[in-house]
Amino acid sequence: MAILEVRDIHTYYGNIQALKGVTLEVEEGEIVTLIGSNGAGKSTTLRSISGLTPPREGSIVFRGQDIAFMPPQEIVRLGILQSPEGRHCFQRMTVRENLELGAYLRRDRQVAEDMERVFDLFPRLKERERQKAGTMSGGEQQMLAIGRALMGRPRLLLLDEPSMGIAPILVERIYETIAEINRQGTTILLVEQNANYALGVSHRGYVLETGTVALADASDRLRENPDVQRAYLGA
Amino acid sequence: MRRRFGARTLPRGVNFALAAAAIALAIVFPLFFPPGSGWVDDMTIALAYVVMGLGLNVVVGYAGLLDLGYVAFFAIGAYTTGWFMSGFYGDVNVHVFVSEFTKALPGIHLNFLLVVVIAAALCAVAGIIIGLPTLRLRGDYIAIVTLAFGEIIRVFAIEGNEITIAGNAKLTAGRQGITPIDKIDLPFLDQFTSLNLRPWYWTALGLVLVVLFVNIRLRDSRLGRAWIALREDEVAAASMGIPLVKTKLMAYGVGAAFGGMSGAFLGSFLNTVNADQFAFGFSIFILAMIILGGLGSVWGVVIGSLALSLINTRLIPDVLNDVPSSLGLDFNLVDVNYGIFGFLLVLMMVLRPEGLLPERRRQIELHEGTPGDEALVEVTHA
Repeated sequence: MAILEVRDIHTYYGNIQALKGVTLEVEEGEIVTLIGSNGAGKSTTLRSISGLTPPREGSIVFRGQDIAFMPPQEIVRLGILQSPEGRHCFQRMTVRENLELGAYLRRDRQVAEDMERVFDLFPRLKERERQKAGTMSGGEQQMLAIGRALMGRPRLLLLDEPSMGIAPILVERIYETIAEINRQGTTILLVEQNANYALGVSHRGYVLETGTVALADASDRLRENPDVQRAYLGA
Repeated sequence: MRRRFGARTLPRGVNFALAAAAIALAIVFPLFFPPGSGWVDDMTIALAYVVMGLGLNVVVGYAGLLDLGYVAFFAIGAYTTGWFMSGFYGDVNVHVFVSEFTKALPGIHLNFLLVVVIAAALCAVAGIIIGLPTLRLRGDYIAIVTLAFGEIIRVFAIEGNEITIAGNAKLTAGRQGITPIDKIDLPFLDQFTSLNLRPWYWTALGLVLVVLFVNIRLRDSRLGRAWIALREDEVAAASMGIPLVKTKLMAYGVGAAFGGMSGAFLGSFLNTVNADQFAFGFSIFILAMIILGGLGSVWGVVIGSLALSLINTRLIPDVLNDVPSSLGLDFNLVDVNYGIFGFLLVLMMVLRPEGLLPERRRQIELHEGTPGDEALVEVTHA
């Protein structure tokens, strides 16, 4: 059964309609990617799911519960955490303080364990534990944003453009880690302009165009698709 | 081991000893002066302003919500004493825990401790009400709404003598003012009179210590971390599950409650509650205090509030007031006091923008710079 079912959501910024009926599904244990050009509605879809920009119509069912009109903190509590577009690390806080805030809603005692797990996944963060986030490189901040989301023990992890503005060598490392996070059991919904990497790591993909789903298929088949190659893979 | 947010770099023991010494000095201070001395008078007012500064610090310093209407809570706090500690409502007789002398007077006369609690509660509610329309706004726009709120309360205070509640009881006495106000009466302290200011001073100091303690505890609490996260990056805070609406409203409510406590004290100390006390300039005055000391830094706010208050009541009228005439200029320095505060702020912004005793994190912001933030979080769920 799908862990997340998005049904025909319409989302607006003021009077501007960004999503015109997006429908998609994520199965437990999958990595699903949304690709598309600028303004296609990829980030808006994630912001709709996480409650930052709730949809005006449609339904979003997460593990059997409609979350479309819940406030963000309730959605986080249910286990959907996101690494927002542009990373949004707390610039003047240390790496450690950032990670602690990722566990803001948790009251259990395993936070320290999870921090060790994040440090295992991203050894670079361990080295910079006491450094201010704002003084780190873009790639390191992306690691921090993902690590911070992991601190909330996500059942579904939303990643918004993890490759944006990052040196290619770090993009590769980040994608390896994304695959590893998934292997350890976390379901991931990934938004990416860099379709090459995204389709390489994901199981299935959706192509978004002007606020609707234009195409949905397994990732390897999307990579073979001549239209996708021409539009998004620079072939 | 968890390190606390906003902890200073000094070792804990040194910090503690410094704080203890400062508090001890503050307690014995009035004993060095005659009971009715101007110094005790000025310091009492300064301490009341410290309470206001610490309140505004929660809103502006911790949560990063620029509030330009803080005078509203001074007004509401002061009117609470006006309503419940005077003969203003002479048609009713209510006396709760007051001295034998006060019991003989008509009107509503409650003990000051009750009035402080009522003032704090009323202001917390008012603070949340002003917070609601600002939830979807940012920065400058919050400033505009709060400024308007301060003005609305002032106009209410002026026109309140035309507004009647429950029969013919008036809301305020307008510009004429509600006076006299009952003197505070507390156990273990001498009689509060205008000739013996020591009990007033110690009461103000007590308020400062309570508010200081709460301020520090809040800063290190979950709520305090949420405020700072919100100030740093609203999108990130929301993504981590920090409830924006509740967190912001708590900042407004808590900050306002402290302002109300100070307002209640000042109502009794100044012996009048008069609509002209609640001008816009007062909000700026308090804001200048916390900027001078260091936004977000508890001890910075204490120093800044004391400094600016004493400059206002001591340095300008007593020490420097003859300077213009000795230079052949024909004006009183007191008349341009706000100009002087403005000049001090400009000077601070150039020389030490983070304040006298800055909060660690803000110092980083001002000296190393951080990338600007974008993208609003839509707060449609209340």
